[in-house]
Amino acid sequence: MDSAVLQLQRQLSDYKSSLYNEGFLDDQFTQLQQLQDESNPDFVVEVVSLFFEDSERLLTELTKTLDQQSVDFRKVDAYVHQLKGSSSSIGAQRVQRVCIYFRNYCDEQNVEGCLKCLQQVKNEYTLVKNKLETLFKFEQQLLAAGGSIPMQ
Amino acid sequence: MVKSWMPRLDFLADGAKILLNLWEKISGNSYKIQHHYYQYIGTKRVRKSWWRKLLVIWVVLWTLVSLWVFWYMCSQAMEKRKETLASMCDERARMLQDQFNVSMNHVQALSILISTFHHGKSPSSIDQGTFARYTERTAFERPLTSGVAYAVRVLHSERERFEKQQGWTIKRMPEQTPVHKDEYNTEALEPSPITEEYAPVIFAQDTISHVVSIDMLSGEEDRDNVLRARASGKGVLTAPFRLLKSNRLGVILTFAVYKTDLPSNATPNERIQATDGYLGGVFDIESLVEKLLQQLASKQTILVNVYDTTNSLHPISMYGSNVSDDGLQHVSTLNFGDPFRKHEMRCRFKQNPPWPWLAISTSIGILVIALLVGHIFHATMNRIAKVEDDYHEMEELKKRAEAADVAKSQFLATVSHEIRTPMNGVLDLDVTQQDYVGTAQASGKALVSLINEVLDQAKIESGKLELEAVQFDLRAILDDVLSLFSGKSQEKGVELAVYISDKVPETLIGDPGRFRQIITNLMGNSIKFTEKGHIFVTVRLVEEVMESIEVETELLSKNTLSGFPVADNHQSWARFRTFSQDRHTCSLLLSSSDVINVIVSVEDTGSGIPLEAQSRIFTPFMQVGPSISRIHGGTGIGLSISKCLVGLMNGEIGFASIPKIGSTFTFTAVFTTGCSNTSELKNHQINKQSSSVASEFRGMTALIVDPRTVRAKVSRYHIQRLGIRVEVVPDLNQGFSRIGSGNTVIDTVLIEQEVWDKDFALSTPLRSSMLAASLQRAMGVGNRVNCRNGERPDLSLRYLLAGRKILVVDDNNVNLRVAAGALKKYGADVVCADGGKKAISLLKPPHNFDACFMDIQMPEMDGFEATKIIRAWNTRSMIAFNMGNCWWKLMKIVPRKWLVLTAKFAYKATLFIDDPLTSSLRCFCDLCIRHLNASSCYKCVPRGWESLLNFWRVVHWCARDTGNSKRSERDTARGGGDGSRRCGDGVRVALLHDLRFESGGAGQSVPGIVDADLRRTEYPRLPEHRRQAHQPPLPAVPSRHHCRRLPVPTAATSNSPASSTPSSSAKFIFINPTKLIRIDV
Repeated sequence: MDSAVLQLQRQLSDYKSSLYNEGFLDDQFTQLQQLQDESNPDFVVEVVSLFFEDSERLLTELTKTLDQQSVDFRKVDAYVHQLKGSSSSIGAQRVQRVCIYFRNYCDEQNVEGCLKCLQQVKNEYTLVKNKLETLFKFEQQLLAAGGSIPMQ
Repeated sequence: MVKSWMPRLDFLADGAKILLNLWEKISGNSYKIQHHYYQYIGTKRVRKSWWRKLLVIWVVLWTLVSLWVFWYMCSQAMEKRKETLASMCDERARMLQDQFNVSMNHVQALSILISTFHHGKSPSSIDQGTFARYTERTAFERPLTSGVAYAVRVLHSERERFEKQQGWTIKRMPEQTPVHKDEYNTEALEPSPITEEYAPVIFAQDTISHVVSIDMLSGEEDRDNVLRARASGKGVLTAPFRLLKSNRLGVILTFAVYKTDLPSNATPNERIQATDGYLGGVFDIESLVEKLLQQLASKQTILVNVYDTTNSLHPISMYGSNVSDDGLQHVSTLNFGDPFRKHEMRCRFKQNPPWPWLAISTSIGILVIALLVGHIFHATMNRIAKVEDDYHEMEELKKRAEAADVAKSQFLATVSHEIRTPMNGVLDLDVTQQDYVGTAQASGKALVSLINEVLDQAKIESGKLELEAVQFDLRAILDDVLSLFSGKSQEKGVELAVYISDKVPETLIGDPGRFRQIITNLMGNSIKFTEKGHIFVTVRLVEEVMESIEVETELLSKNTLSGFPVADNHQSWARFRTFSQDRHTCSLLLSSSDVINVIVSVEDTGSGIPLEAQSRIFTPFMQVGPSISRIHGGTGIGLSISKCLVGLMNGEIGFASIPKIGSTFTFTAVFTTGCSNTSELKNHQINKQSSSVASEFRGMTALIVDPRTVRAKVSRYHIQRLGIRVEVVPDLNQGFSRIGSGNTVIDTVLIEQEVWDKDFALSTPLRSSMLAASLQRAMGVGNRVNCRNGERPDLSLRYLLAGRKILVVDDNNVNLRVAAGALKKYGADVVCADGGKKAISLLKPPHNFDACFMDIQMPEMDGFEATKIIRAWNTRSMIAFNMGNCWWKLMKIVPRKWLVLTAKFAYKATLFIDDPLTSSLRCFCDLCIRHLNASSCYKCVPRGWESLLNFWRVVHWCARDTGNSKRSERDTARGGGDGSRRCGDGVRVALLHDLRFESGGAGQSVPGIVDADLRRTEYPRLPEHRRQAHQPPLPAVPSRHHCRRLPVPTAATSNSPASSTPSSSAKFIFINPTKLIRIDV
């Protein structure tokens, strides 16, 4: 095998394990990757982009709802619930965790806490999005170089 | 005055001092005594004997005292009586004497009269006539004198003159007391012979006039009297004689009459010379005494006798009846003036002395008082002893109560801790809500098992626990228990093995639930305390063990399952009654053919029980140490429950334990074979087993290569259960030569890992089912899949899902996509819906979905609502599964919080009653049944399932077929030998299994057999009446980690065809009892 490919592979797996180690992703993402096969080659990317789409929509909605004078916490809760569900589905662990706190504040009807959490969620989301995009980029590079994506 | 008082005061002061000292001494002594009492008499026995001795001494002492008092008083009374008698006697004697003297004086006066008027005058102025008249007239003066006479002294020389003068001759006294006879003829008497002098009577009172002229000196006695009287000059008495006339006793008193007045000191000779004559008087002594006594008072009380004691040897009675009596008598001497004669008076009381009542009553009184005091003392001591005993007993009880209290508090503390842990699990729900539904389920389960344990104890304590008697398969139960602990044993790396003797029948009648509980308990304990080595369960018949006692002892020391030393299991049952009895006489219990005496040993190589804790190991709530519950959990009542249960099974439980080596618990239990036609039953059982599990292997032969006999025995047991003939050789060389010999074809060679050092190991306890699966795979029988380790779980899912048409409902696109992707991956035909409403429209009958996975929480219409509507259309066609974490866990990828609705399952289900979701899910159910425990599930599960279920923790789920009979008909038609036929009340059971795929061990489930058996799966029916009767087994309280693993449905249907069955080339399996090694050759 090409040494460049090997290099890339190593980089990719290092990067991946850093993502796991830093808690951005969890086991669920591995499972997701395992679901991807010849019959469904872009499964992970598809699902993740769906997640990005969904999350951005939810974050916008959340920002909007929380900006209002009287906050509709039920609505907020439903959004956060959705976000939590989808983030746990792809294994975005840190987002999911913040969502749990978020919902707690929501239960308490604590606007300040909610706003703080919203900010945190946004940060986490941006982080994980960047990380995932980087990961996909690596993978594409690897595929372009003729290697295969190592399964964990 | 003052001065005279001073010494007295001094004296008083001294006395006070002395008293004070004395008091101090006494009180000091009493302290001392008390001190001594506690010091020396402290021990009860010593004290008891001490006060008993004291009591005896006391009684004896007082008896003596009372006897002495009695004697003393008696003697006093006697003394007094004597005194009284003496004084009375003396008084009488004195008076008699006086009276007599008076009479004597009169006689003397008469003598003086004669001296004066007869001898003093010349001629005499007295003649016989005068004398007689005078004496007659003065007779009143001498009332006691019956008569007086006067005899004159006549010398021989004067005889003639005298005779002439008187006109009669002197006559001789007749021989026989002539004086007293009145009627003898004086004339007829012969004249007195010639003597020196004579004393003829000249005067006589008329009463005795016949004595005139008789010579007094001629009578022997009278002569003596006369001579003594004239010599002494005093009155002289004769011996008493009987008076003729009155027939009374009398004496004659004789006085001498002298010529001149003689000086008082005249010599006898002078007196004799001066004698003129003699005067005699006859005294009636008897009347004298009588008269005297009559004058005195109290004549009734005493008896008086008067004796003449001149001859002391022969006293002559003068008065009184001659009664000889040894009783009290007093003697008083009488002096009648005659120094020669002696008289005495003897007095006696007429009556015997009265009983000394006073003495008697006094002494008895004293004795009674003393005895009473003794009794009081005795009673007091007894009381004290009793009180002390009671006190000690109370103290003991108090100690025990305190210990029990402490134990109970510890128990409460532990329990509350144990309750709190699962409670926390429940409470955590607030934070992460639905995520933890599963936690709640498992926690609830743990809680329920805990509560059941406590309830068991309570039931046993109140004696309400009763065993049931149903048919069960002991081997299956042990398989279950083994599988229950297999996870834990793998975690710890402890070998787990079971061996059941061939002689134990296939089916027994007894209480399988309780039996299982005991074994679970013992194994649970073993696994808690064992970190290395093995846990080995042996089931044999008691008879078998007894026969092999000698043989086994030799082998035991080294030859254990894992090679670690173990506690000698013989010691664990050494004290069993069954054995001690049966060694001598064959007990009836054993000889009866129906009764099966089973002995079960659970041997471990754990930490053992500390010696000091061994005695209380079966005491409820007593744990070895407080740290035990902290480290290992548990309430400490398991063993006591086990002991009670064993007792209810007519068995015994015992143990042998060596700290740091291990413990062996052994118990016996008595079961019956039940039906009379045992052989038939056996055949039936064998057929059943062979048809379900091992038919494929029948007739095969396996060769085990294992140097360790115990391990080989276990292997052989399991392999034989599959119908495979087994041969054992200790090493490979022999194995090869055996294969080479070619007598019989060896289908399989099983080589122990030690022998064949291979690292491709599946770490799983050996069980028949597992073995079956491996063998199936290895030998190309049954349905197998050629798979890589990592893919196994997926494969099992693949069989579950392949070809199914499944509706997935979620409002979250990401989740929906992931779920769909996952299900597709396993070959399902997935249709997505983004909300409840759409799901409803798709599920409106007729539809062709096999299952529906639905999220619970959705906008517009949530999962519950949708399910309700769908169920309303067709009650038969729906089943609601709480998805919670479990489905996700199962598949790892499917989103959480789903409801699964499948049209294919004709069940309505409910969850744990403890499940927080139950209330909300209840709307889906016609019947909410209390959770069903695994053991009762097992009962209803057909044979094939049983082994299958060993892979999973069978949990809970009950469903009821409310629908039409189509399905039941089909069930009945194909019922065969399976368990579902046994329960005919139309209730069906759906089983939820924790497939445990996530726990990492690749070899934890064997897909091959899962497929094979699932296709045969039936949903057995649960008999209604058994539902309450069974307690769930006692699984180790799950950790939080375990709580997360939740039951999932195995939604198998009978119509899905098996997928491809690639053939395997594996022909050899290398095993040891705890490790399965498979090598593809």
